[in-house]
Amino acid sequence: MRKTGDAWFNLVTFLFALSIPLLLLLLVAILIGQALPAIKIFGAGFIISSSWDPVKETFGALPYIYGTLVSSLIALAIAVPLGLGAALYLAEVSRSRYKEYLAVMIELLAAIPSIIYGLWGIFVLGPLFGLSMLSGGVILAIMILPTISAISREVFRSVPNILKESALALGATRWETVKLAVFGPARSGILGAIILGLGRALGETMAVTMVIGNRPEISASIFAPAYTLASVIANEFAEASSDVYLSALVELGIILLLITMIVNGLARLLIWKTVGKSNIF
Amino acid sequence: MENGRQKQYFLRKIKNRIFLLAVFSCALIAVLPLLFVLGHVLVKGLGAINLDFFLHLPTPVGEAGGGMGNAIIGTLILIMLACSIGLPIGILGGIWLAQFGEGKRGFLIRYSADVLAGIPTIVIGMFAYALIVIRMGRFSALAGGFALGLIMIPTIVRTTEEMIKMVPRSLYEAGLALGIPGWKVTLRVIFRTAWSGIFTGIMLAVARIAGETAPLIFTAFNTPYWSFQLDQPMASMTVTIYNYAISPFDDWHAKAWAGSLVLIFAVLGITLLVRKFSKQVQYG
Repeated sequence: MRKTGDAWFNLVTFLFALSIPLLLLLLVAILIGQALPAIKIFGAGFIISSSWDPVKETFGALPYIYGTLVSSLIALAIAVPLGLGAALYLAEVSRSRYKEYLAVMIELLAAIPSIIYGLWGIFVLGPLFGLSMLSGGVILAIMILPTISAISREVFRSVPNILKESALALGATRWETVKLAVFGPARSGILGAIILGLGRALGETMAVTMVIGNRPEISASIFAPAYTLASVIANEFAEASSDVYLSALVELGIILLLITMIVNGLARLLIWKTVGKSNIF
Repeated sequence: MENGRQKQYFLRKIKNRIFLLAVFSCALIAVLPLLFVLGHVLVKGLGAINLDFFLHLPTPVGEAGGGMGNAIIGTLILIMLACSIGLPIGILGGIWLAQFGEGKRGFLIRYSADVLAGIPTIVIGMFAYALIVIRMGRFSALAGGFALGLIMIPTIVRTTEEMIKMVPRSLYEAGLALGIPGWKVTLRVIFRTAWSGIFTGIMLAVARIAGETAPLIFTAFNTPYWSFQLDQPMASMTVTIYNYAISPFDDWHAKAWAGSLVLIFAVLGITLLVRKFSKQVQYG
């Protein structure tokens, strides 16, 4: 009697746990099924074509891929130095009692809904930089800053104190200590934090959609409007009038899914290597 | 010689000063966006908030008054729908992982949850659209709730597993020694002990999905009316704010700010409260 109860409990909880990989599988299968018509019609040309014309039903993903990658890279260019600097201050430099408050305030940035960043972006960044690639990059930078700073802070902390103390004992300054004893062991963890930030930026939708200008053109200027994969899906999916149109949009979603899966996988490996598997996705 | 050494020492000191100043400035600059955004929302939002905002339906352009009552209720209903999917899968799945998830099957499930956590929410919205909206032939609260439920799962699974693993093994063994079946010990003793931690995870997940927009715009969609039927489109605060924000009307912009103020208070309030009561650090 007792054994059967346990067996049932094991089985039921296992089925619920199993539904997670099954849902994931279903997600991939259903999206591929939806995208199949577009994949058949446009083939590999979809990725390198930059024509997007729902009326003539010719679709190409290049401007969106470009916009997604470039806006995320701009975000990294801003958020990486700031995030690492803030993390170094919080983990290695500050002896202030109030630094925990500072850390919480930076991490709270991650809790603000994307839509509110978008609203703020329209009325504050818009007048400053126009609705452009740069505005998109700046808003993304703010949104991934807490990811980069929180994880790299954890990584800096995980560097054994004995290394830092040894450097200090040899007469190294703070900067030299960080350079000699901290950066080395923390390197792959920092890279992981950066790539995880990149993963967040790539998939971010609403805030970017509201400030990037939504024009599917590849322009050399970062002050020109651009368009991202996630944004075009958000704007056009509900009103896609034909099956091919819808299918092409789903294919954009699959491209986005692939890029983020690869980036996130890489980040996870790098972070696991330094900090261990607990606590961090 | 002596002079050179002093010069070198001086240079090292300068470099160190520059480093300290640089990282301090980084920390300061990193806090500024929070203050800017909060300040802006507070200033712009306070003026447009009144009792009507919480109780009334949106009005057409040009008509004064009106509020977001339907969207506030809608967001609450969507959260409940999401919980009815995300909580059973997340909590029971997490219990299984903590108790039986050592082998390959456990790795597979943990890995899937990690992958799910990294999927852009707009893609999860597409999934809900293809699975539910196309089949039903219309936008519905169910599709939106399903999408939000999926988004909750990874956080809940992870916190449940970690919290249950933190309960000392001796407690479980003590239960068994009293002759209580293992599953009863798990539910009545272990789960209860771990509950406050699990609850933290649930609240963080709720705060997160309350602010989600992307997975709702083509699942739950939006409506300017009171909506309680789950198979019909449902208004939410985020989608309403979005529609108002990209409109060209000043009155609607003011409502978008007011909605943002309510949303930001709810979300940051939950996050801060939960943080206060738990020392567990969450990145999300």
